[in-house]
Amino acid sequence: MSLVNLTIDNIKVAVEPGTTILEAARKVGITIPTLCASTELGHTPGACRVCLVEVQGQRGLTASCVFPVWEGMVVRTTTEAVRNARRMVVELLLSNHPAECNYCIRNANCELQKVAEYTGVRELRFAIPTMSKEDAIDESSPSVVRDTRKCINCHRCVTVCAQVQTVSVLTPSFRGSSTTVAPPFDLPLMETNCTGCGQCINVCPVGALYEKDDIDKVWKALQDPTKHVVVQAAPAVRVQLGEEFGMPVGSLVTGKLIAALRKLGFHKVFDTNFTADLTIIEEGNELLKRVKEGGTLPMITSCSPGWIKFCEHFYPDLIPHLSTCKSPQMMFGALAKTYYAEISGIDPKDIVSVSIMPCTAKKFEAQRPEMCSSGFRDVDYVLTTRELGRMIKQAGIEFVGLADEEYDAPMGEYTGAATIFGTTGGVMEAALRTVYAVVTGENLGDLNVTPVRGLEGVKAATLTVGDLGPVSVAVAHGLANARTVLDQIREGKSPYAFIEVMCCAGGCIGGGGAPHPTTNDVRKRRAAGLYKDDGTVQKYRQSHESPSVKKLYEVFLKEPLGHKSHKLLHTHYVNRGTELPHKEKGPAVCKPAKKGAGH
Amino acid sequence: MKAKARNADIDISKEFTPEQLKKVDKIIEKFKDRPGALIPVLEEAQMVLEFLPMPILKIIAGGLNLPLSQVYGVVTFYSFFTMTPRGKYTVRVCLGTACYVRGGKAIYDNIKKELNVEEGETTDDRMFTLETVRCIGACGLGPVIFVNDNVHGRLKPAKIKDVLSKYN
Ligand code: SF4
Ligand code: SF4
Ligand code: SF4
Ligand code: FES
Repeated sequence: MSLVNLTIDNIKVAVEPGTTILEAARKVGITIPTLCASTELGHTPGACRVCLVEVQGQRGLTASCVFPVWEGMVVRTTTEAVRNARRMVVELLLSNHPAECNYCIRNANCELQKVAEYTGVRELRFAIPTMSKEDAIDESSPSVVRDTRKCINCHRCVTVCAQVQTVSVLTPSFRGSSTTVAPPFDLPLMETNCTGCGQCINVCPVGALYEKDDIDKVWKALQDPTKHVVVQAAPAVRVQLGEEFGMPVGSLVTGKLIAALRKLGFHKVFDTNFTADLTIIEEGNELLKRVKEGGTLPMITSCSPGWIKFCEHFYPDLIPHLSTCKSPQMMFGALAKTYYAEISGIDPKDIVSVSIMPCTAKKFEAQRPEMCSSGFRDVDYVLTTRELGRMIKQAGIEFVGLADEEYDAPMGEYTGAATIFGTTGGVMEAALRTVYAVVTGENLGDLNVTPVRGLEGVKAATLTVGDLGPVSVAVAHGLANARTVLDQIREGKSPYAFIEVMCCAGGCIGGGGAPHPTTNDVRKRRAAGLYKDDGTVQKYRQSHESPSVKKLYEVFLKEPLGHKSHKLLHTHYVNRGTELPHKEKGPAVCKPAKKGAGH
Repeated sequence: MKAKARNADIDISKEFTPEQLKKVDKIIEKFKDRPGALIPVLEEAQMVLEFLPMPILKIIAGGLNLPLSQVYGVVTFYSFFTMTPRGKYTVRVCLGTACYVRGGKAIYDNIKKELNVEEGETTDDRMFTLETVRCIGACGLGPVIFVNDNVHGRLKPAKIKDVLSKYN
C-alpha cells in the first residue's frame, strides 16, 4: 500500500493510510496531549478534546486522536488557537473537578495534572460545585474504590472491563452534565460481577478508580509490640517496585525489596515464591492424579483470584475443572500460621501475615471465608505494589540506594520456576518442568518452554511426557481470552489436558496493583526481568528442587495431596452466578481451631 | 451513594399483569437475533409496561444476552425511557434563569422536601412525579411550576403545601 504524505509542524511524515494525526505526530516525536484516547485499547472516543490540532483548510480545530491523515495534509499543533483551545478544554474539565491534588492518590502521577501542566492552565475561570464525597465514593469492594467526583468520563475503564475482561461492570450512564460512569443502577461494586481485577484502575488517567488502601492497618500491626509480623512478596513485585522510585521499567530489585521490607520493621521477610514452588508440587500431582484416575480434564490453574471469581460468576458449570490448589498467597498464609508458627515456637494468634501483591483481587481472596485454614485469617492484610511504594516513601527510605539483602529462611527460598509465575505462561512452564521430571525421571531437554511465553492472547503447546504420551496445554491471559478456551470446554471440544488462566493481560506483571502506567511495552520489560531471574540468577530452576519445599514435606506435610495438604493447601469454590445485585456477606470471622488442630 | 431510580425490590408480578409480562417475552423473542435489538425492545416494552424497572431490564438483558450494564446505560441515556412509574400528576418546576433568580430553587427544594423525592422520582403513593424544566416562556409569572397542564405562578415556598393539596 502506498504511504500517505503530510506535514506536521513543518516536518514531513509518511504513514500508512488510515493512520490518525495523533499517531503520525508521535512517529516524528511530536507530543500531542491526550486524555481519553488509549491506542493500545483501541479506545478513541474523541471525547475529551485535549488533543486538538489545526488542519489547514478545515474549519475549527480537529481532535487528532480520531482524525485520519490524507495526502498533502498540513497540520499545526502549537498555534495560538490550538494552545488556547486546549487550555480551555482542560479548564472546563477542571471546572467540576475537586481540587484535591495534594492529597489525591494520583498526586504526581495523574494524567489530568499532566495535561494541566502541558497546556499551561494557571487559573480556573469556571467552578461548578462537585458532588459530596459521601455520595461519590464507593468503598464496598475490598479491591477497588470508585470516586465519581474525579471521573473525567474518558470511558477507558468501560472499554477495558467490557472488551478486555468481558465482565461489563461499568457503563456510562445518564448524559449531559449528569453523565457518570457506574455499575448498573449505581450498585455498589461488591454487589456486581466485578472480579476485583483492577484493570480499570490501571487505565484510569485520574484518581477516580484506585485500590482500597490498607497501609494504615499494616503500620498499626508493625507498631504493635505484641505482634510478630511476617511478610511475603509475590513474584511480579520484584520487577515492578523499582518503577515507583523512577528506576528503569522491569528492573529486578529483589535485594532492595527485601531490604526495604526489613527497614519497615517486618520481623520475617519471606517470599510467595516459596509457595509458588509448593503449588507446582501440589498442582502437578493433582494433574497427574486426574490424568491417571480419569478425573475432570482439562484442569485449569487457580492462582489468579480475579479469574476464580470470574469463573464462579460466569462459568460455574466449569468449577470442577479448577485445580483445588489454593493460590501461592493463600498457601503461604495457611503455612505461616501453622508450619512457621510451629517451627518458630510463636503462638499463631500473635502472628500477623501481610502480603505484597501486584494485584487488587488478592485483597478479596484473602477475605474469602474459606481462607481460615490455620484457624485464623491466613492472610491478614494485602498491599499492592503501589501501596508498598507509598509505604516506603512514608518511611523515608531511599529505595534506590539500598544495599541488597537476602530473604529469611525457610519460607524465603525459591527456584526460578517460581519467579516466572509472575508472567503469563509462567505457571505452565514451571508445571511442565516438574511434571516432565516426575513422570520421566529426567529433566526437560530445554527448561525454557518458549511456546508458552509472550503476549499472544491464547498460547498452546504439545509436549511428549514419557509414558503419558503427548500432552496438550494452553495458556490464556485476560478474561476475554479465557472465554475462548472455556467455551471450547463447554462445547466439548477442548484438546487440552491442562490450561493456565491469568485474569490480567500479561499475567501478574500487568496486575491491578502495578505501578502506573502498564502498557504492552512495560509488560514485556517486566516479563524480561522475571526471565532474567529464572535464567541467570536462581541456582535451581525446577520447583521440586527447592530444598526448603523438600524439607517442608519431610517435617510437616509428609506427602503431596496428603491429609495436611488437603486441609491447608486446597480449597473449594462457590457458584456465584450473574444475577444482580449480589449480596456478599462481609469478610468472615475465622473461628480459632481447637488446640492441636491442623498439626 | 444515592440509589437513584434503582427500583430493585419492585415486585413485577404485582406491578404488571401476566398478559403484560407475556407480551414483553414476545417482544424479546421477536427481536432477539436481530442486530441492534436493544432499543426497539426497550421501546416496545415501555409501551406495554409504561416504565422499565430493574427486574424488567434484567429480563431484557438476559433475553438479548447483553450485559445489564449496557442495557442500563442505554435506558439512562435516552430521556424517553423511564425506570420509575409515573405519578398521576407530573410536577414540573421551572429552573430557567428568570424563575431561578426569583426563587425557583427554593420552590424546588421545598417541593422535594414536601414530596420526599428527588428529580425524576415518583412518590410512593404514585401521586406525583417530580421534574425540572428550563424556561418555558412564563417568565413574567416566575417562579412557576406546572402540575400536569396547570400553571401556578408567583409562588412562595410557604404556599407549596396548599398548591399540592389541591391534587388528589
Ligand atoms: S485526579 Fe488528578 S487532578 Fe484530580 S485531584 Fe487527583 S491528582 Fe488532582
Ligand atoms: S476491577 Fe475488573 S471487573 Fe471490576 S470493574 Fe474494574 S475492570 Fe471491571
Ligand atoms: S473512572 Fe477513570 S477511566 Fe473510568 S471514565 Fe472515569 S476517568 Fe475514565
Ligand atoms: S484524546 Fe483525543 S479527544 Fe480525547
